[in-house]
Amino acid sequence: MSKVIEIQGCTAVYGRNEVLSRVSLTVEKGEFLVIIGPSGCGKTTLLKMVNGLMTPAEGEVLVNGERLLECDLTMLRRRIGYAVQGAKLFPHMTVMENICYVPGLSRKMTKGEKEALTCKMLEMVELSPDLASRFPRQLSGGQQQRVGIARAIASEPDILLMDEPFGAVDEITRKALQEELSALWQKTGITVLFITHDIGEAFKLGSRIVVMKDGVIWQEGTQEELMSAPRDEFVKRLISK
Amino acid sequence: MHIIQILWDRRDFFLTCLLEHIRISLTAAVCAGVIGILTGILISRHKRAAGIVLGIINVVYTIPSISLLGLLIPLTGIGDKTAVIALTVYGLLPIVRNTYTGLTNVDASILEVSEGLGTNQRQIMTRIRIPMALPVIISGFRNMVVMIIAMSGIASFIGAGGLGAAIYRGITTYNMTLTAAGSILIAVFALLSDWMLSKAERMVNRRYGIE
Ligand SMILES: Nc1ncnc2c1ncn2[C@@H]1O[C@H](COP(=O)(O)OP(=O)(O)O)[C@@H](O)[C@H]1O
Ligand SMILES: [Mg+2]
Repeated sequence: MSKVIEIQGCTAVYGRNEVLSRVSLTVEKGEFLVIIGPSGCGKTTLLKMVNGLMTPAEGEVLVNGERLLECDLTMLRRRIGYAVQGAKLFPHMTVMENICYVPGLSRKMTKGEKEALTCKMLEMVELSPDLASRFPRQLSGGQQQRVGIARAIASEPDILLMDEPFGAVDEITRKALQEELSALWQKTGITVLFITHDIGEAFKLGSRIVVMKDGVIWQEGTQEELMSAPRDEFVKRLISK
Repeated sequence: MHIIQILWDRRDFFLTCLLEHIRISLTAAVCAGVIGILTGILISRHKRAAGIVLGIINVVYTIPSISLLGLLIPLTGIGDKTAVIALTVYGLLPIVRNTYTGLTNVDASILEVSEGLGTNQRQIMTRIRIPMALPVIISGFRNMVVMIIAMSGIASFIGAGGLGAAIYRGITTYNMTLTAAGSILIAVFALLSDWMLSKAERMVNRRYGIE
């Protein structure tokens, strides 16, 4: 197995506030790694270190063996899918323009190419091709989130970063989205780094789970490992929810 | 009645004035639009420069138009050129302010996502900030055009052409009808432009998913 993401002793600060303390984490190719922890424990900050939206004050991050400090971040980001809570689609672009956004950053796409890609991606996230010409505000929350995922994987990245992508949708839609994402992961073999604060979601999706607390990695392992040997009361309480 | 009469009787004169008026205000609107939007884009990237530039433009804006025209005469003489310069200067405020506001008010989380997806700095400006600010920029442009058209009326006090010439001549010859006719034409022209720009604004807003 090859290491796709390596976070080596990273510390993150906002002003004087240290929000991650010497965190080390390695993600193997094809893993579905879920990070879970209470709000404010540093999950988002950790994720942003992987695509360089956050620069560590100390330590180093490597993606596909490349040191982030030395590589062209913009080009790297185009090869890493990124989906966030609330989708954050571009409101001035149609569904098609949102989906074709990342490939369109690197090259001019023809109308035919855009249509073909949009069609393919909409099918992948189980949306009707009729939605292609809609604007985000004309979609339901669940549909927006699906388009957000389509936008993230449209350029066929081999890494997908997801920051509580299903946090803002209703229970039923969330279940469906989880199943689709799981199927997508199995089909494509993409490496996923997924953040949630819902332990059910973490167990359902993750091939490995990392528990965070106050800016450090508190425990990591598979569902079975966490269940059979929780590190302490904190983990016990977290997984019994 | 008198007004319609005089408009008809002296239609050649009014037509010349109107065309002059259109030419002067259009030139000023285009100049203010181009300079204003470019300035807005430049200062949107430098917070400190923005404060200074907006401050200066605000101060200039408070100079009464008649005295700005007077101040310009020693520099650029009398006539259309000076009028266009003065009108451009006044037109800058709404357009710079709206461009700046529009560009800097883009939702930070949208900007962060676009960056996270691999958008470079130039693309963030051209693909995210400017299109998202466009409705605000256009509404500033619309305000500016109406203001310039109305203000062009004063331009004839420094020897420039336009409908102001009719007003000015009416005043100096105690011909109230002439003055009223000139004023009404300016108002009609301003309202018409406003209406046309509101259509354009609506079209852009629809294209950009607003309303
Ligand atoms: N832009 C920021 N400026 C200052 N502090 C921040 C910023 N973003 C996050 N923080 C702080 O960093 C800590 C970790 O935040 P975050 O990584 O977003 O946590 P999580 O995603 O686990 O909820 C929190 O205490 C939060 O208040
Ligand atoms: Mg978070």
